[in-house]
Amino acid sequence: MPLAKRVVPCLDVDHGKVVKGINFLQLKHAGDPVEMAKRYSDEGADELVFLDITASSENRDILRGVVEGVAKAISIPFTVGGGIRNVADARLVLCSGADKVAVNTAAVEHPKVITELADVFGRQCVVNAIDAKRNRKPSDGKIMVETGEGKVWFEVNTYGGRKPTGIDAIAWALQAEQLGAGEFLVTSMDKDGTEDGYDIELTRAISERVNVPVIASGGAGIPKHLLDVFTEGKADAALAASIFHYNKYPVPVVKDYLRKAGVNIRP
Amino acid sequence: MPQAVIFDYGVGNLLSLKTALEKAGLNSTIGTSAKDLAKADAIALPGVGSFTAASSKLGAVKETLQNKIKDGTPLLGICLGLQLFFEKSEEGPGNGLAFFKGKNVQLPKTVKVPHMGWNTLNFVQQNELFEGVAEGTYVYFVHSLYPVPKDKSIVCTTTEYGTTFTSAIASKNIYGTQFHPEKSGDIGLKILKNFVKTVVR
Repeated sequence: MPLAKRVVPCLDVDHGKVVKGINFLQLKHAGDPVEMAKRYSDEGADELVFLDITASSENRDILRGVVEGVAKAISIPFTVGGGIRNVADARLVLCSGADKVAVNTAAVEHPKVITELADVFGRQCVVNAIDAKRNRKPSDGKIMVETGEGKVWFEVNTYGGRKPTGIDAIAWALQAEQLGAGEFLVTSMDKDGTEDGYDIELTRAISERVNVPVIASGGAGIPKHLLDVFTEGKADAALAASIFHYNKYPVPVVKDYLRKAGVNIRP
Repeated sequence: MPQAVIFDYGVGNLLSLKTALEKAGLNSTIGTSAKDLAKADAIALPGVGSFTAASSKLGAVKETLQNKIKDGTPLLGICLGLQLFFEKSEEGPGNGLAFFKGKNVQLPKTVKVPHMGWNTLNFVQQNELFEGVAEGTYVYFVHSLYPVPKDKSIVCTTTEYGTTFTSAIASKNIYGTQFHPEKSGDIGLKILKNFVKTVVR
């Protein structure tokens, strides 16, 4: 299959500034999302994801400014997520130049928002972000997955991972696909921040069951983690933040490693 | 600077294309009417929206478009914009511009759809649009359908994804790409610059 696997740096934005990993070298304004987007794009990132973590409505104008700035600065696709609850929110970022929007909590609470977004903007614009956490307690009707630590099911959490919902992440993905989701951004809460590798079993469980692309997220610490999630995890794209931010493994180093390991990667 | 008009079907993000065309050397405005199109030195049909909605919007400007093409104005269709050059689409009802015979069909169920990401161009024939672009170059795709032209002589490039599909066409001053040059980094910008060269000539 000649379709390349995608390497996707993620930037957390708060009040218009990148808040995680501002240790970039040679930047005039550390934390400026436009400048960082430009740098990643120049380095060969295949796509970017911006997560707006500001939870306030007066943030709208700032966010619009950031999205417009990024759209003018780069010529690769980018997704914006965080606080997108309806068509109006999505329109704001899409009309400011974003290519896709990611919905999370709003979609869990009102699944039909996925269909509304897909009907207006096309399903290729709609990324369904799922924050999932392993649950070892067997429970009726949950899809149990065999893992290295025994059988688990994956529970959807909302509100930035603060609220367990009791919803099965695999079942939710299948439902969201039917509703019109064009892509999944699957974050493992168990792995996020550990730099210990992606949750391969979670990624594979969803990627093998849906017929739209899956972006794996949470846990990348070394280039081999991306290799594992592409090969064993069947991910179509791998998102990472700190591995790139601190310049530990710049994008070209990671892509070069993957290419040498036999993964189809855009030069 | 020559003036390009990006036709707006009424759905969202045209900023990326506008920015990219400007970087390539074309002053760009968004147009919605035959009057807007009439003064254009180049016309772009963008890649956002649905076939049915866009085809109904294009109905009113079809004659103007045909006249502009006859006069030699370069036309670039991107993604849905390319698909609209043909007669029909499996995406939904409505008539395309029918500049070429053929229809748009769904990608096979054996692969994940949408086809989203970077994939390669295989040249069937060289064209000025691809001057300086190498065989096997990666460009950015996001689509669920692809065009099947009756006249194979217009096909410039093909791409593999579950099937071998037409990823770019050219015929005189009509150019179309199934991929998004405005999202394809430096190589996409090169393709747009090649398009601009046909405008200023």
